Amino acid sequence: MGEVLRVENLHKRFGPLHVLQGIDLSVRKGETVVIIGASGSGKSTLLRCLNFLEMPSEGRIFVEGRLVGRETRRPGVMAYAGRELNALRARIGMVFQQFNLFPHMTVEGNVMIGPTKLRGLPEAEARRIAHDNLRRVGILEKAKEYPARLSGGQQQRVAIARALAMEPSMMLFDEATSALDPELVGEVLLSMRRLSEEGMTMLVVTHELGFAYNVADRVIFLEGGKIHEQGTPQEVLLAPREARTREFLRSHTLFRLPDATTETAGEP
Amino acid sequence: MGHEWDFAFLFDQRGFILRGIMGTLGLSVTCVLAGMALGLVFAAARLSRFLVLRLIGTSYVEFFRNIPALVLIFWCYFTLPILMGTQPGAFAAAATAVSLYAGAYMTEIFRSGIQSIDRGQWEAARAIGFGYLGQMRYVVLPQALRVITPPLTSQVMEVVKTTAIASTIAYGEVLYSAKLLSDQEFRPIESYTAVGIFFIIVLALVSAASSLVERRLRRHG
Repeated sequence: MGEVLRVENLHKRFGPLHVLQGIDLSVRKGETVVIIGASGSGKSTLLRCLNFLEMPSEGRIFVEGRLVGRETRRPGVMAYAGRELNALRARIGMVFQQFNLFPHMTVEGNVMIGPTKLRGLPEAEARRIAHDNLRRVGILEKAKEYPARLSGGQQQRVAIARALAMEPSMMLFDEATSALDPELVGEVLLSMRRLSEEGMTMLVVTHELGFAYNVADRVIFLEGGKIHEQGTPQEVLLAPREARTREFLRSHTLFRLPDATTETAGEP
Repeated sequence: MGHEWDFAFLFDQRGFILRGIMGTLGLSVTCVLAGMALGLVFAAARLSRFLVLRLIGTSYVEFFRNIPALVLIFWCYFTLPILMGTQPGAFAAAATAVSLYAGAYMTEIFRSGIQSIDRGQWEAARAIGFGYLGQMRYVVLPQALRVITPPLTSQVMEVVKTTAIASTIAYGEVLYSAKLLSDQEFRPIESYTAVGIFFIIVLALVSAASSLVERRLRRHG
């Protein structure tokens, strides 16, 4: 079992804001890691640092065993070359909360653009790859449509296919279902679950605790820019050791009913 | 007002007039293409994360947008030779002046178009592995062009009309040809009317072409 990703002492600062405060993380090949935490805990920032959409302020990231960037004189601070990062991002799939499909291209155009322009594949082969991946997320029949004509759930599955078409060694999901209508969440989670079962290495930031429980090999609870607690889904979600984790999970109950006593407390 | 309209001499002089028309079209196409290239480059500079590039972009726009095109032409044709020691031809001087002038406006058009594209589009392209040029070429520019087709068309039409000032440095475009003909034939009314009609026809064609492009681009809304 090789290690696809290793993160050592990752820090990210936005001016005075210290968002990530020393993250250490290792992800094995084929593992699905779900990252949970309150908003502002740094989970999206962590994900965005892993494919360098945000530049880490400090810390080392190894992808498939290779250190990204080169050391500078300041300990822990790395320098990155644009060319290296472009090549690296092609090896790491990313799915965004807002889908970000290219509206001026058809569905298959969206999926083919990477293979043709970056991997240099001929049209026919790129189309075959696109269709394979669209089939994988169950949306091949929309190949010729434009994204505007698709539902949010369909768009997000196309976005997953677009990332898969680059044959990445790992997939990052940044709140992939948060922008969806509730009835569309399931189809996207199902695609993600299938992917996990196929053995894709996945890092998933989500609020879907059911997904975390059923699909994750490991759950990480992020709090204040640090890994507060991690373990199997059973450990973290059912028997959390830390008080803050318990508090977060309590506030996250799936069917929360308004509490009569607190609800009326502030009312005149 | 008993003027007897007579356009017959225009037909007799068609070779001369055709040269003028080619002069206007050649200068227009040159200035439109060069202006767009300048506009694209300086728009990218204005949107750069590097302060120096942003300053260069802003300076270019503020400089060339705030000088009358006629002054620029005079400067290129009469002043530059003294400074540089070589006299550029009328075409080179006019093309340089009008291109720089048009480029300043087009910079602002491209900038607004590029800025209207959601940041997520850049990020999605970057996440696939595209560098800056790839993000721009395949994802951002095609969408920006859709947005800026109407203002860009207006600017193209503006450029075509601006080329008429090249007549002031004796460049052989339609207005200059018309002036020569009118002097020779004593027919200013017909000559200058013909110039007006010529521009109306050319610009109507530009406008029609733009509508066509716009409709094609908007098909997928």
